[in-house]
Amino acid sequence: MAILNDENLAKVDKLVPKYPEKRSATLPLLHLIQEEHGYISNEAVEWVAERLDLSPINVYEVVTFYPMFKQKPGGKYAVKVCRTLSCALGGAYKTCKAFEEALGCGLDQTSEDKLASLEFVECHANCGRAPVVMVDEQMFEGVDENGARKLVEKMREGTL
Amino acid sequence: MSADAKAETITINVDGVDREVPKGANLIDAIEQLGEEIPHYCYHPKLSVVGNCRMCLVELGMPMRDRATGEPVLDDDGVQKIGWMPKPGIACSTTVAPGMHIKTKSQVVKDCRNGVMEFLLLNHPLDCPICDQAGECRLQEFATDYGRGYSRYTEAKNVKPKRTRIGPRIMLDDERCILCSRCIRFSKEIANDDVLGFIDRGSYSTLTTYPGKQLENNYSLNTVDICPVGALTSTDFRFKMRVWFLKAVPSICTESSVGANTEVWSREGKIYRITPRRNDAVNDTWMTDSGRALYKQVEADNRLRAYQVDGKASSFDAAIAAAIAQMKQGKTAVVASARASLEEQFLLSQMVEATAAVRVDMVSHYGDGDHLLLSEDRTPNLRGALLTGLINDLPDARLDGLGKAIDAGEVDTLFVVHEDLAAAGLTDAQIAKVKVIYAGIEENSSSANAKVSFPLLTVFEKEGSFVNQNFRVQKFHNAIPAPRGVVYDLHLLETLRAHMVGESPTRPTVPAVWELMAQKITCLHGLDFRGLGDLGVGVDAGRFASLPFVESKNLKHDPEKRSKLGVEAGATA
Amino acid sequence: MAIKEHRLIFKNIDVEGYTNDIACYEKNGGYADLKKAIGMKPEEICSEVMDSGVRGRGGAGFPAGMKWKFLDRKSGKPIYLVCNADESEPGTFKDRQIIHKDPHQLIEGMMIAAYAIQAKLAFIYIRGEFFEGARILERAIEEAREKGYLGDDILGSGYSCDILIHRGAGAYICGEETGLIESLEGKRPYPRIKPPYFPAALGLYQCPTIVNNVETLCDVKHVVNMGGKAFSEIGTPGNTGTRIWCVSGHVQKPGYYEFPCAALTLGELIYDVCGGLLPGRSLKAVIPGGSSSKVLRADERFTGKLKDGSEFDWGIEDIPMDFDSLMAAGSMSGSGGVIVMDDTTDMVEALANINSFYAHESCGQCTPCREGVQWMKKVTGRMSRGEARMEDVELLRSIAGQIEGRTICAFGEAASWPVQSFLAKFNDEFVAKAKQQAERNAGSEAPQALETTLI
Ligand SMILES: Cc1cc2nc3c(=O)[nH]c(=O)nc-3n(C[C@H](O)[C@H](O)[C@H](O)COP(=O)(O)O)c2cc1C
Ligand code: SF4
Ligand code: SF4
Ligand code: SF4
Ligand code: FES
Ligand code: FES
Repeated sequence: MAILNDENLAKVDKLVPKYPEKRSATLPLLHLIQEEHGYISNEAVEWVAERLDLSPINVYEVVTFYPMFKQKPGGKYAVKVCRTLSCALGGAYKTCKAFEEALGCGLDQTSEDKLASLEFVECHANCGRAPVVMVDEQMFEGVDENGARKLVEKMREGTL
Repeated sequence: MSADAKAETITINVDGVDREVPKGANLIDAIEQLGEEIPHYCYHPKLSVVGNCRMCLVELGMPMRDRATGEPVLDDDGVQKIGWMPKPGIACSTTVAPGMHIKTKSQVVKDCRNGVMEFLLLNHPLDCPICDQAGECRLQEFATDYGRGYSRYTEAKNVKPKRTRIGPRIMLDDERCILCSRCIRFSKEIANDDVLGFIDRGSYSTLTTYPGKQLENNYSLNTVDICPVGALTSTDFRFKMRVWFLKAVPSICTESSVGANTEVWSREGKIYRITPRRNDAVNDTWMTDSGRALYKQVEADNRLRAYQVDGKASSFDAAIAAAIAQMKQGKTAVVASARASLEEQFLLSQMVEATAAVRVDMVSHYGDGDHLLLSEDRTPNLRGALLTGLINDLPDARLDGLGKAIDAGEVDTLFVVHEDLAAAGLTDAQIAKVKVIYAGIEENSSSANAKVSFPLLTVFEKEGSFVNQNFRVQKFHNAIPAPRGVVYDLHLLETLRAHMVGESPTRPTVPAVWELMAQKITCLHGLDFRGLGDLGVGVDAGRFASLPFVESKNLKHDPEKRSKLGVEAGATA
Repeated sequence: MAIKEHRLIFKNIDVEGYTNDIACYEKNGGYADLKKAIGMKPEEICSEVMDSGVRGRGGAGFPAGMKWKFLDRKSGKPIYLVCNADESEPGTFKDRQIIHKDPHQLIEGMMIAAYAIQAKLAFIYIRGEFFEGARILERAIEEAREKGYLGDDILGSGYSCDILIHRGAGAYICGEETGLIESLEGKRPYPRIKPPYFPAALGLYQCPTIVNNVETLCDVKHVVNMGGKAFSEIGTPGNTGTRIWCVSGHVQKPGYYEFPCAALTLGELIYDVCGGLLPGRSLKAVIPGGSSSKVLRADERFTGKLKDGSEFDWGIEDIPMDFDSLMAAGSMSGSGGVIVMDDTTDMVEALANINSFYAHESCGQCTPCREGVQWMKKVTGRMSRGEARMEDVELLRSIAGQIEGRTICAFGEAASWPVQSFLAKFNDEFVAKAKQQAERNAGSEAPQALETTLI
């Protein structure tokens, strides 16, 4: 499996020289891989290391630090419920329960039908619209239990 | 002779007392030189400073000055006030400054240490009874000094990988790791082999190698030395012996002309491990893994253990008599060794005189250097052979000159120290043409063909000194007894010399040989064995400085600087 | 509601018809201030910023002019400008609005700042979850480049500087400026020890670096626009310019509201601006400056002396919303995130929620924070589940005390202040939890997990 498609490879070639030091391109490269494959394999880690003249451990240390980088494939959708105080005050924990029930899976798990992976995340800087939920790159505001169920329905229908 | 110049000092105030410390020193080092200690885990004098363990927190202050005028601010008694920092600061990132005040014993400082200790022990397993580090564990040590004595932690401990083999010689226990990053910094900064790292974050942070990669470079065991706890252990040493039963003797690594300073750890005549000993002029605090394994030669299968005449075990006296009888027939050539100590080389040079040897040869042992602590010259004492006058020029890998001399019938007897004649290029025919008297540690082609064989001692079984790549004379001490019935190498050489000239042999001691050497060898004038100290003494290379030595740049050796220095020093001498 | 917002930074945010493209921005007077700045000497801009008294909006409130003055300009190394758009302090949601709805304001502010400090290259470190924000900024930068506002030879001045967008990947610690720098260098975002690694001297790539918050950099634009002196006349001395208060939690109308510093009180913000609490509820507590700031209790009295020597005696509603007043009240304005809690809030759970955040976000580099914060999380979590012990309150206090002031970065304080203030102010609730449990245990029932809503 290619680590990146041609379009993304071209992006890499443009991106790396922009930084005063190559190593800085670690995060952007990992983002490209995560976006293309949904996760970052060890081969990808080695590829990034090679591309930036690093040791694989240098990249591995970074991948494992950041929750946005996954080391295994997840569901079709990534559901991220903000659990931090303002959202919790607005009912985020109930929202999360509703997701768990609707998807039939627990936190940090992927639903059996591989529709979605569910996780708690920390404050997404939209606390005035609590509870906040992100599905992939899209943000949803004021997601109560009902809202959670509707989102799952839409995912099932493929209309999200 | 280059005695280390006395460094400039400044005055700082430690717990209310003015003390002199070296200017520009790191605060932890400065306090250590005063014979006291600021407890620390992550700081290491030879690695970058990261300040992550927080064990070294102290109170810091500077004499106050008026911001506007720059005038000292005085208290009622006319003494300059001290502006104490509002928060404790880490000593490891502090450089001493004139007038600096520090408190290392205040309640605040004690609280800080107690706090850090409590935190470090939260997720730490109660492994001491089965931990190799016990006895030299900084965590165990400070836990007694600063521990609470009981645990307030009732939550579940973090579970992390235990007993991971992260390299051929290294075992990792992540639950014991206190995440000080010393091993990571060592691998990156010194060994140049970035294989270790932390993964995950927060209290789940875990030390690891990259999947499929190993910590296998020739310096890997240094991580075991610097790990302040028992997280990294040596697979060789693991569980073999409790460290408190071992005695440590200062020694010198014989692996190459670097001459890393070492400690040899033994009990009841058996060596269990070799560790590096700090010498900032030679090896800092490091040594190679391969150098640590050299003690295995003590019990090697091919060790020459007995005196032999014509291939049959004999007494020492009989062997001496046979050797003398042979050498007295004349036309003796000597193959000297860069593996012998300076004292042995000196006595050998006297024996050369006594036998009126027709020639003295030596064999070089060169390999690839690693630009760190393994130099190209794989012998510990080539320079010694030059200083003692055994040789005047750099040796070759092959004894071709000697071979020709044998062919020409110029040599009848060959006195060989350590060397393997066949490996050094003599043909079977050439060897067969002469009578070989061999003295060495190992059995080899020389001993196999010898008329007389004398077993010699390993560096661990005797004392003496070597001259390293920088013409630094360094001494090693006797760590374990010699094999039963084997005399000291010096005794052997002196006996041979004395019999050659019809004197009665003495039993030379190393200090006594030094008295003679110091008279005879110009650059050793004024030195004695004791005076070499634990760290050795650099001597004037004189005319040898400009020889084309093979060592390239390594941790403490710069051929360009060296030859310049030597030439200058030689010129003034 | 008598108090009207004074929108400076948020002037165009949510305005009908205002779009985030460069045409709209220019139509509304955009980039005129950059043109003006390019005509000034860099030192002049720096001294205007100094005169304006503008303090950092990222959390610490350090005067921007002073920070710029400390920049090591003599090192001969390149100088870098970094915009901190990591916006991760719980309760804060202002930078995102600027990025989404008025990106050119930020770019203009950044280019002025870059010119003033003569930066060679500028970065926007934006948190990874702002996918859309990063795309908007990328586009805005291209638009600005086409118009000559950034890139080579800006507006024909001979000065060149580009902006690179750098995305994080979900780590609060990347908001701490030296953690951010490490992250930008492609390493684990381990904050650096200071001294010696003050960014102004040894920052990005060990070069002199200025890190400023999004809002601070927008302020710079307005300082150039109106002059430092005029800017300093907004608000009160030492508390100049406007602040965007991000109100969340139990109020009728949560949201972002911009006011001059000290123009209103906390009470006015909650009741007049945000419509007060939900019907039938009463105020219990407010965290005024993001979750790292110390909590204020509704029935507390705040007394003491201000910097100018005058005495104050405030109830929670009387506290003027500015840097110094909130500091005087024992908390801080931080990043402007005001989290309001009403009487339905279980303070043990609220603290457990906060502790959970810090335990998740601790980078794990230094001992007290790595071990202590996780421990506090475990204790409050256990308390919330109904397994509280009488000694837990004292234990928490002690753990927090063993962290505060002893860590590599200010995260240590950020994590221990909530614990210390919750315990100081709601001690009874924590003790009551423990007592309740003790009684339940005495009734020899096995500890039972409680129904919680915040954790
Ligand atoms: C744990 C921690 C998190 C922080 N997070 C942010 C952040 O998300 N955004 C921000 O602008 N500043 C944050 N800061 C403050 C920065 O370290 C830095 O002071 C700030 O970016 C400087 O900009 P300013 O002077 O314009 O405020 C954080 C500080 C700490 C200690
Ligand atoms: S590392 Fe030290 S404290 Fe830990 S088990 Fe080993 S000896 Fe004991
Ligand atoms: S293994 Fe040892 S040296 Fe390495 S980080 Fe852990 S405690 Fe430190
Ligand atoms: S205080 Fe916490 S976040 Fe900051 S360096 Fe230490 S462990 Fe990391
Ligand atoms: S707390 Fe959920 S977005 Fe801030
Ligand atoms: S020795 Fe670890 S912080 Fe100083």
